[in-house]
Amino acid sequence: MTKNINVALIGNPNTGKTSVFNELTGLNQKVGNYPGITVEKKEGICKLPRGVKAHILDLPGTYSLNTTSLDESVVVELLLNKNNKDYPDVAVVISDVENLKRNLLLFTQIKDLKIPTLLVINMSDRMSKKGITINLSLLEEKLDTRIALVSTRKNKGIDRIKELIADYKNLSTKPNLNASVISPEYFGRLQTVFPNEDLYKLWLVITQDVNFSPVDKKPIKISEDFETKSKSELKRLQQKETIYRYKFINNILKETYQVDRTKAKGLRAGLDRVLTHKVFGYLTFFVILLTIFQAIFDWSSYPMDFIDEQFAAGSEWIKNTLPEGAFTNLIAEGVLSGIGGIVIFIPQIAFLFLFIALLEESGYMSRVVFLMDRLMRPFGLSGKSVVPLISGTACAIPAVMATRNIDSWKERLITILVTPFTTCSARLPVYLIIISLVIPEGRFMGLGYQALALMLLYLMGFGAAIFSAMLLNRVLKIKSRSFFMAEMPSYKLPLFKNVAFTVVEKTKSFVLGAGKIILAISIVLWFLGSNGFSEDFENAEDIVIQRIENEGFSANSQAFIKTGIEDFNLSALALPEYRDSLQAFNNLLEEKAKVQEIASYKLEHSYIGYMGKAIEPLVQPMGYDWKIGIALITSFAAREVFVSTLATIYSVGNDEEETIKNRMAAEINEQTKKPLFNLASGISLLLFYAFAMQCMSTLAIVKKETNSWKWPLLQLAFMSTFAYLISLIAYQLLK
Amino acid sequence: MLITVADLRNGQRGVIREFQHDLLPIKLLELGCLPGNEVELVQVAPLNDPIYINVNGSHIAIRRATALQIEIDLIEDQDSHD
Repeated sequence: MTKNINVALIGNPNTGKTSVFNELTGLNQKVGNYPGITVEKKEGICKLPRGVKAHILDLPGTYSLNTTSLDESVVVELLLNKNNKDYPDVAVVISDVENLKRNLLLFTQIKDLKIPTLLVINMSDRMSKKGITINLSLLEEKLDTRIALVSTRKNKGIDRIKELIADYKNLSTKPNLNASVISPEYFGRLQTVFPNEDLYKLWLVITQDVNFSPVDKKPIKISEDFETKSKSELKRLQQKETIYRYKFINNILKETYQVDRTKAKGLRAGLDRVLTHKVFGYLTFFVILLTIFQAIFDWSSYPMDFIDEQFAAGSEWIKNTLPEGAFTNLIAEGVLSGIGGIVIFIPQIAFLFLFIALLEESGYMSRVVFLMDRLMRPFGLSGKSVVPLISGTACAIPAVMATRNIDSWKERLITILVTPFTTCSARLPVYLIIISLVIPEGRFMGLGYQALALMLLYLMGFGAAIFSAMLLNRVLKIKSRSFFMAEMPSYKLPLFKNVAFTVVEKTKSFVLGAGKIILAISIVLWFLGSNGFSEDFENAEDIVIQRIENEGFSANSQAFIKTGIEDFNLSALALPEYRDSLQAFNNLLEEKAKVQEIASYKLEHSYIGYMGKAIEPLVQPMGYDWKIGIALITSFAAREVFVSTLATIYSVGNDEEETIKNRMAAEINEQTKKPLFNLASGISLLLFYAFAMQCMSTLAIVKKETNSWKWPLLQLAFMSTFAYLISLIAYQLLK
Repeated sequence: MLITVADLRNGQRGVIREFQHDLLPIKLLELGCLPGNEVELVQVAPLNDPIYINVNGSHIAIRRATALQIEIDLIEDQDSHD
């Protein structure tokens, strides 16, 4: 018979809790959110000896049960609520052998909640290097628990954890300490008012809001006749409790845990001297950043080209294989081009998450925080804002969530508000396509103009973020104590498994999340673009044929035919049957031009054509036409939709498989009769995408994290106005 | 004159004194920043702030403003003059 039990993994940050979780659950894991909040919830299944099936929950890292952040309050609320469906049958506290002392603080607190608790001492492979010896059996006895000595790196001790979990019924539930000794008078009064409640649980409930108040939570009012202590008094009591617990722990470790300092050797001191050095430290950071950008823009272009070709071929194949009709068109032009537009991001996103995971896992990220804190402070930011700003180059959504460990609310809010300025990967396809259209291919000091333009755009993103942070720092009147604390973990070689899991998980959630929006929009666009309500749309074919007979081909088509003939002349001049075939080829080109003109006429008179026309007056001063107008409208949902929108707009009704870029290059601005994508309009577009807030998902996440519509709306208004003005000015100056 | 963690030089150590105020965040205490514990200055960031300390075996970075709140008694060490 199988039994199902709930297991909660709890531990300090940087103890390798996630490695243990990965080892226990393997690929049987799923990552989601706790209902209503954006704290990540990781759960998985693990098969244990004796037919027990464990549902394992990896709780957010916490130093204690004294709540100071949203992540920590998730842990406390779960442990205090027996009715929660995830309430653990057994708590597994993960500790790190080097920091055992402070890890035990959390352990004793959980033990005092009378939950069956076992202790995992992780990173045991470092013991000999650090000269650490532990008397395990004595430690088990003193802490009244069972211990598993584990090294996830060397894959040791995982079976022991499984055995201990399966045997959870034999774990003691006696508390380690009696916290009420810190104030017998106060706890005595508590007991008389609530005779049926567990005192330590009560204490945790009372003190939950002392250091952290979730905005939407009412202060806890225990009872009318119970006189509560002031926040300051409660804080003093928390201090007393911490000191009391450490006394208990120190006494135990004195007998059971020895460190021979002469044997201890580590990378920390040497590496720190270089990595936090005033010259080499910044130099290293700069080189790492360069490497990341190199990977994103250079290395990832190979898989991206490959994906691009596959999708182009796929679309062609579908059109040739399936019977002609609306459904085939929908699949080939709406759905497939939409999916292609998102799949092409995978290499870049994966590279970015790979680097961020490597930097986090190795412990280097904390050194960056340390190096950058003083530099960021004049802008109202913290050293911890650097991680979100770097993550923002992948995607603003995880970046906004990564601000959670910023201790001061003002610094955190500013970071959240300015992060969307950093160049996220959704802007990349827009940048890449426009840059290749309007920026010449030459080189300057060995660097391509196009690469320089891209770099400039990234710098401008950071610049805009820093500039607006400075502005917000002046304007926002928020009183918040400027507190900052960053743990500097020891350096570790990143574990392949952890890094791989993170990269796959983050990439997957990005692609699925953004993919849904893009797919939906592509289909809607396809529909709006291939249907219309006016007479003009119905009779497009006749109207266009009539027009060509009367006025000849449009300037666009004439240019198209001319280039075609020139190319043909170059390659076929030597052939004997040249004249005949030239005539035939000319006819073919004219036929093609006719089809294109019909398609373009149809599009112009479709639903979407009218929408674009409606906003044309607004975007004309920026050098855009109604087609770009459409793309601007749709990309308010998500920037990357710009490219797939143009893909859809241009391929609607067009039989030939042409890459979007070539189609864009051939576009003529109807007003100026010059190419639509020229230097002025191109730069104006680049600037617009650099600064505008075009991402519904980011707005949603900012709303969640700040718990108010005020901030995302402010963000939307500020960024969009800024973007509009800048690109308007740029076009007017450059045209 | 009162000596605080902010006064330490690289490699210098001190013992945290009793304090009665509640200015220090609870997190710092949880990491071992408690009266009687030893604190060592490991490194100072390039612009003199923040500072990187080892307190009770925990390696943490804090700002100078916070370090000024932690009073200590210096540990005189013969080896620190090399």
